[in-house]
This record gives sequence, C-alpha cells and structure tokens, in this order.
Amino acid sequence: MSEKKPALWLRIWAIITYAYIYLPILILIIFSFNTQKLNVRWEGFTFHWYEVLFNDQEVMLATRNSLTVAAVSTTAATIIGTMAALALQRYRFPGYTLAESTLYIPVIIPEVVMGISLLAFFAQIGFTLGLGTITLAHIAFNIPFVTLVVRARLHGFDKAIEEAAMDLGANELTTFWRVTLPTIMPGVLSGALLAFTLSLDDYVITYFTAGPGSTTLPLRVFSMVRFAVTPEVNALSTLWVLTVFTLLLIGQLAQRRRV
Amino acid sequence: MAETTTSQPFGRSFTVVAKIRENARMQGLVLISPTIIYLALFLLLPLLLVVVLSVMTRGPYGNVVYRLNLQNYTRLIDPLYLRILGYSLTVAAFTTLVTILIGYPLAYYIARVPEVQRAPLLFLILVPFWTNFIIRIYAWIMLLRSEGLLNSLLINLGVIQIPMEILYTPTAVLIGMVYEFLPFMVLPLYTSLEKIENAQLEAAADLGARPWQAFLRITLPLSVPGMIAGSILVFIPAMGMFVVPDLMGGAKTVLVGNLIRNQFLTARDWPFGAAASMLLLLLTLVFTLFYTRKAGFGEELLL
Repeated sequence: MSEKKPALWLRIWAIITYAYIYLPILILIIFSFNTQKLNVRWEGFTFHWYEVLFNDQEVMLATRNSLTVAAVSTTAATIIGTMAALALQRYRFPGYTLAESTLYIPVIIPEVVMGISLLAFFAQIGFTLGLGTITLAHIAFNIPFVTLVVRARLHGFDKAIEEAAMDLGANELTTFWRVTLPTIMPGVLSGALLAFTLSLDDYVITYFTAGPGSTTLPLRVFSMVRFAVTPEVNALSTLWVLTVFTLLLIGQLAQRRRV
Repeated sequence: MAETTTSQPFGRSFTVVAKIRENARMQGLVLISPTIIYLALFLLLPLLLVVVLSVMTRGPYGNVVYRLNLQNYTRLIDPLYLRILGYSLTVAAFTTLVTILIGYPLAYYIARVPEVQRAPLLFLILVPFWTNFIIRIYAWIMLLRSEGLLNSLLINLGVIQIPMEILYTPTAVLIGMVYEFLPFMVLPLYTSLEKIENAQLEAAADLGARPWQAFLRITLPLSVPGMIAGSILVFIPAMGMFVVPDLMGGAKTVLVGNLIRNQFLTARDWPFGAAASMLLLLLTLVFTLFYTRKAGFGEELLL
C-alpha cells in the first residue's frame, strides 16, 4: 500500500490487538509452571505438571494416535492432492469444472455437516469407527488444501525448463522426476505441512468419526478441559504451542530461502 | 475450456496433434481420477446420504426407517428450532461484525508498515490460528471463570466486590467466537488493503480530498472484496460451531451446530439431524452466493 507511516492510533490499536491475541496464550504458558493446582494465583515455579503430563498414559496414547493419523493422512492427501493440482493447472479434460468445484466443497461446508455425513456413511456401510475411519476422513478434507497450495506454486511455473529438458533428450518421466518435482517441491512441502497441521488440529470431524480407543489429542484435550482446569492442560498446551510455532517458523524460513 | 476439437482431418500433421492432445487429456484424467474417486466416495456419497436421510423416518430405537417422511423439515419451523436458528444467525452475524471492527484497523496497519515488517506481523497473526482451537478456548476459560484471573485481578484492584459471572453466558460464547475467528478476517482484509495503490490515494489528496474522505471513497470500497471474503470465512464456520458453545456457553446456549450434533449423538434422531444439516447447508450456500455475486470469488478467499 503506502510508504507513509501509519497513524499513531493505528499503531496503538495494533499493539492492543496483538496483546489481546497473545496475552491469553502467554498466561496459559506461565501457569503451566505454577505450583498451585487450582490455577488461580501464582505461587511458585515447578516442572511438576510436565512430569504429570508425560506420565499420563491416556495423553501419550492420544498423542501417538494423532501422529499416526496425521502421518498417514498427510502422505495420502499430499500424493493425491499434488496429482490433482498438476491435472487442474496443466490439462484440460472432461469434467474439469466438476472436479474443481468438488475440491472446494470441504473448504466451504460447515465442518459439523461433513462430520455427521461421514458418521452416517460409515455406519451405513458397516465400517467400525476408529483410527481407520478418522484417517479416511482426514484424507478427504486434506486433499483440497494440498491441491490449493500446490496449484498456487504451479501457477508461476515456467514450462520452458521442462521443454528444455525434453529437448535435451529426457523422457516425460525423467523430466517429471528431475525437473518438475524438484521445482514444485516447496509447494508440495508446504501443502504437506498444512495438511499435517490441519490433521493434528482437527476436533469436529474427528469427533464424529472416532470410536472407542481411538482418542486423538484434540479429543483428549477437550475432555480434560471439560472436566477441570488443571495445570496439566496448561503444560500440554504449552508444548503444543511451541511445536506449532517451531514448525511454522521452519516453514516460513524454508519458503523465504527459495524465493 | 473453449477449446475446439482438433479431429478435423486437415492433414496428417493435424491428426498427430490430435492424438497428442487426446493423450494429454488422458494424462489429465489419470492425474485427477484419484481425487475424483476419493472425494466421490468420502465426500459426495456421504453428503448424498444426508440428503436421503433428511426425508426418512426415525425408527423406534433411534434407527433409520427408509420410509419417506417430510415432517423433519416441517418440524424445523417449530418456534423452539426457529429460535435456535435465529440465535445462531445473530451470534454468527455479531461475531462477523466484531471481527471486522477489531480486524480492519489491524489489517490496515499491517498493510501500511514498511514491507519488511509485514511478513513477521502476519506470521504473528497466524501462530495462534495454527494452535489447537480448544487450547485457545481453554485459555479464555482460565481467564473468565468466576475464580479466574480476570475476576481475581478486578477484585484485588477493588473494581468489583463479587466475581462477575461471564463464563457460561452468551457473552462468553461471543468472546470465544471472536477470538477464534479473528485471523480469518484479518488475512483477507490485509490481502485486499495491500493491493491498493498509493497513487490512488495521492490523486485523491491532490484533488482536495481530506484523508477521511479518501478513506471513505477509495480505501473502504476497494477493501470490500476482502471484507466479504473474511465474512464468509467467519460467518459460515461460526454458524456451524458447537465446540465454543459447549465449553463456554454452558447448557444455555444451543446453536444450530449443537442441535445437529445432539440429534446425531444424543437424541439419535438422524433424519431430523439430517434435515437440520440441510438447512445449515442451504444457509451456507445462500450466504456464499449472495456475497460472491457482489464481489466475486476472489483470491482473498484463499488465505
């Protein structure tokens, strides 16, 4: 927009808004080190709640479940979604518009509707709800996001380098592996990162497609929060926030280097 | 896709081109087919099932009897459900409005700082957005509950004597919703504000417009696409949201999302829940069409 300096009141407004965004999270983090169980007043510093957290079998199981679902669904969605991005960005084929609009559906429909539709569907075809159904559901909502991100990357892709490779005698497959894929790799990776985070984060769709014994981390956090406000949740939250922050920072820095 | 078919036999070379093009079409189809098959199975078919369920009958044991029944839809007109619907629309609209009021100046500020500062500022908006949203709700529960930090702070300062009851009220739901959805508003707003050329504002100033006039006549209209994209991204998920009311609203606040969830999981009246879902989908569609008609489906939607 402009090089003119923003007005003072805007700067103040921005500071207040950032405080509003970060203060709750900051307080959450601080109180994860608090000795008092009731989480009301600051009493003293401790790592006790982290110890409690790491000895919490249910949390550990939920973490394992979440990571499994996220890894499998990210891999599948990244492969399928990247193929779709290539198809949509480079080819014209019958059903193009239909495919494109179908890809927008999971982005736009309310999550609760997608959740109940999958619940009804799995019940109808007799799938037992569990990690399998959660993974199938996560792949479905992750494909469009991967496609969106990879397509954006393909948008600025110079086809001439592929033609050059072909002119130099590479066949289509070699060209894809040696030229196309390395070029779009940053897009594919950020698509995968997005899918992984969305999967780790999802509560609503997981809630409807989970069965007994397939509790994921967000489901576990929900029941902990509902049950009581304990510093153990703070400790878990702190680790989660730090993980996300680190992942995002890596993603940002990686992207900046390629540009 | 206004490509003409190339099968006209104008000569050998053209048939070769046609073959390659046919081949390219095939390549495209091969690449898209996993997506089509997957989403047909795990997205379209389930949604179709919801459509079918919405006109079926609830069995005596909470099962579904496949007998045509339109009463699921007529039941939605019941004042009880209309109130839930009205309340959901109000909460979603209010959330959208407040996120605009808070987010607009912020997006405007980010669009005006020197370019090197913009990426970090946007990054800071994104971080909480990527943090699990139940954790973000939890942070507010800690602050707002009657023995929470806000109350003890105000009591210690002597501002109030007895703790305020904020948690488990509609106000708490709104606070939670606004906090959840603010980034969805700021990012598209920023995208459209950032595109405005400084020259346009300078031209307005040269022609004698005061800053606020330039804002009202140039900046504001040009940022409408971002505002619309942001409204879609906030309004639609806010309407279907049931987790914030669950955790922060107590039993008193029931939104459409809660209604649907309850019909499927506690009341076990799937046909009625399906009908309510159809209504929510319809509202989503109407809202999206209404707004995209006005501003187009711009890049602002693609965060």
